[in-house]
Amino acid sequence: MLPLSHILIFTTLLFLIGLYGVLTRRNVVGILISIEIMLNAANINFVAFSASLDVSPQIGQVFVIFIIVLAAATASVALAIVLSIYRNQKTIYTDEIDLLKW
Amino acid sequence: MVTHPILILLLPFTAFAVIVFFGKWLKEKSAWVAILASLASCAVALQAAFHVTQGETLSQSLTWMVINQIPIEFGIVIDPLAAMMLFVVTFIGSLIIIYSVGYMHGDARYPRFFAYLSLFMFSMLGLVLSATLVQIYIFWELVGLCSYFLIGFWFEKKEAAEAGRKAFITNRIGDIGFFLGIVTFFYATGTLRFSDINSELLHAHTGSFMLTLSALLLFCGAVGKSAQFPLHVWLPDAMEGPTPVSALIHAATMVAAGVYLVARLFPLFHGFPEASQVVAIIGTLTAFMAAFFALTQMDIKKVLAYSTISQLGYMMAALGTGGMTAGTFHLMTHAFFKALLFLGAGSVIHGSGVQDMREMGGLRSSMPVTFWTFAIATLAIAGVPPLAGFWSKDEILVSAFDSNHRVMFWILAVTAGMTSFYMFRLLFLTFFGKTRGHGHPHESPFVMTIPLIILALGSIVMGLPGSPLMNHWFQNFLAHHHEALHMNFFVVTISIATSALGLLTAYIFYVVNPNIPKRFAQKYWFLYAISKNKLWIDEIYQATFIRWFKSLANLSFKFDETVIDRAVNEAGFKTVLVSRIKNWIDQNIVDGLVNFTGWITRTASSVLRLVQTGYIHHYLFFLLLGILMIVYSTLTS
Repeated sequence: MLPLSHILIFTTLLFLIGLYGVLTRRNVVGILISIEIMLNAANINFVAFSASLDVSPQIGQVFVIFIIVLAAATASVALAIVLSIYRNQKTIYTDEIDLLKW
Repeated sequence: MVTHPILILLLPFTAFAVIVFFGKWLKEKSAWVAILASLASCAVALQAAFHVTQGETLSQSLTWMVINQIPIEFGIVIDPLAAMMLFVVTFIGSLIIIYSVGYMHGDARYPRFFAYLSLFMFSMLGLVLSATLVQIYIFWELVGLCSYFLIGFWFEKKEAAEAGRKAFITNRIGDIGFFLGIVTFFYATGTLRFSDINSELLHAHTGSFMLTLSALLLFCGAVGKSAQFPLHVWLPDAMEGPTPVSALIHAATMVAAGVYLVARLFPLFHGFPEASQVVAIIGTLTAFMAAFFALTQMDIKKVLAYSTISQLGYMMAALGTGGMTAGTFHLMTHAFFKALLFLGAGSVIHGSGVQDMREMGGLRSSMPVTFWTFAIATLAIAGVPPLAGFWSKDEILVSAFDSNHRVMFWILAVTAGMTSFYMFRLLFLTFFGKTRGHGHPHESPFVMTIPLIILALGSIVMGLPGSPLMNHWFQNFLAHHHEALHMNFFVVTISIATSALGLLTAYIFYVVNPNIPKRFAQKYWFLYAISKNKLWIDEIYQATFIRWFKSLANLSFKFDETVIDRAVNEAGFKTVLVSRIKNWIDQNIVDGLVNFTGWITRTASSVLRLVQTGYIHHYLFFLLLGILMIVYSTLTS
């Protein structure tokens, strides 16, 4: 059994990798993947805490399943948005999409 | 009992409304609408008149407004006088509308003509049925308006338009007097109902100056409408209108409205001898003067117009000398034979195409029906017994004779002679001798000759109800306690003698030896010139009143132009100046403030908006920074 602290360090790194990806990626699909990574970091945290704290392991795992389902749903919506942006703008690079600019 | 006397009024009005709104689709059929309405109205009127002969008097009224607790009413009164007028107006009106179908055939504004005629019927019947002075005034103006429309019916002709205007303005002058008369009467007595004007009411005001004045002012209206001197000038010019109009409005009915008014107010005039004296003098003067003018006129309709004025003068003279029944009786008989004369003249004009008697002559053979009916009417107006005119004219002469106005009586007797002369002159010039025209005269269609025949029958028999042969039925019907009438043989002799003399002179002058009139005119050139030029009254008016009025109008125009217009213009200029200043303030101060606010916002935002890069990374970065700050602050606190 791994100590909890190792897992936390791993998930923190994973989260930061995701965050870095979100902030630096130009490709929208890349950003989406990075978001998925961040979500998974959170999932692992849930599982880790539920396994180690031993109060009621099922609660944490239920949360994880919910998050996976929701992530799948949001991913599909997000990809649809990306697709329609691509159709309209002929690009999916975020620095080339600046419609919100004044 | 008649249930709906109001129908007498409403039927012609409905016809008017229908023709006005649907005339374009009805076209020729609009005449039928007018004819049906007036015949139906005639039927109802006759029924109502029949009930009145049984001794009933119909009256209905509703309060219109209240002044000082005195109600002003709108109502209908059918008493013997109104019944007589109803009969005359609806009967002759219907005949003339039928006649118009032939006379107006092919006119461009055919439906409009019948609309006007229907409107006139409505107004005239309203006038006859009126229960109060205010109501009669309203309808009085309405008939004046219809008269204006119809005189100027062919308004493309300058003369017709001017004649219409002249008639309207001359009538207005009389009507102002009428209106003031109503006001003073109301002020003096506090009532406007005709039924209140009786001897008891007037007894309280015996010798009142106010009421004498009011009677004279009311008579002013009658002077205007009935073309009495000095306001008679409009009637001869009114002959510019279509002939059926001349017959209906300017001979038989509307011009008789003045006589009707005086007859309506007869107790008032009877109670104030000064007023009735004026009525008698004006009437006699008009009768004589107009007959004198008629002697030399050459236009067939002008002769008849002056004849109408003269006969109206007769009626006024009768009313002024106390012969209320004589005047109204003459009104009725005159309506028949004068309508017939005008329609006959219309038929002559229609058939021969000319209006000047010098271009007629010898029409007897080509227009037999017109000739015979016209001859009957001429005999009637000349006072040949036993036709209608004889009985009524005789009544008037008796009335003048009995009231001890001897001068008046002789003037009227001479006028009767002149009437006979100019009427037979007209007859001989038109129908006898050789034809002087160049056209091919032809008899008018049946739709025109049948009304002529009916009116000719009327001209023969209409005198009988008022003659001794029927025991003066008409006079007793009109005034129940009428003074005992007697045939005055002296008067009858004079009457017959004058008319015979007139006939004989005319015969000698125009049939036996047609050169006499010319020599006569040369010998008495002064009298001839007076008659020919109608005493230069038109010219005198032109040179005095009209010139004065025009210079007054010019003066007020100048005043308008130099004072009022200038003031208005100055005000305009000042307004422009003030608005220029306001414009500057608006542009520079108000707008400046608004723009300044905008400018500040813009400038301030130009720095702030640099934050909005549009790159999603930047936004996420700021988001992250924010979260980190929150985390940091929670951890440290």
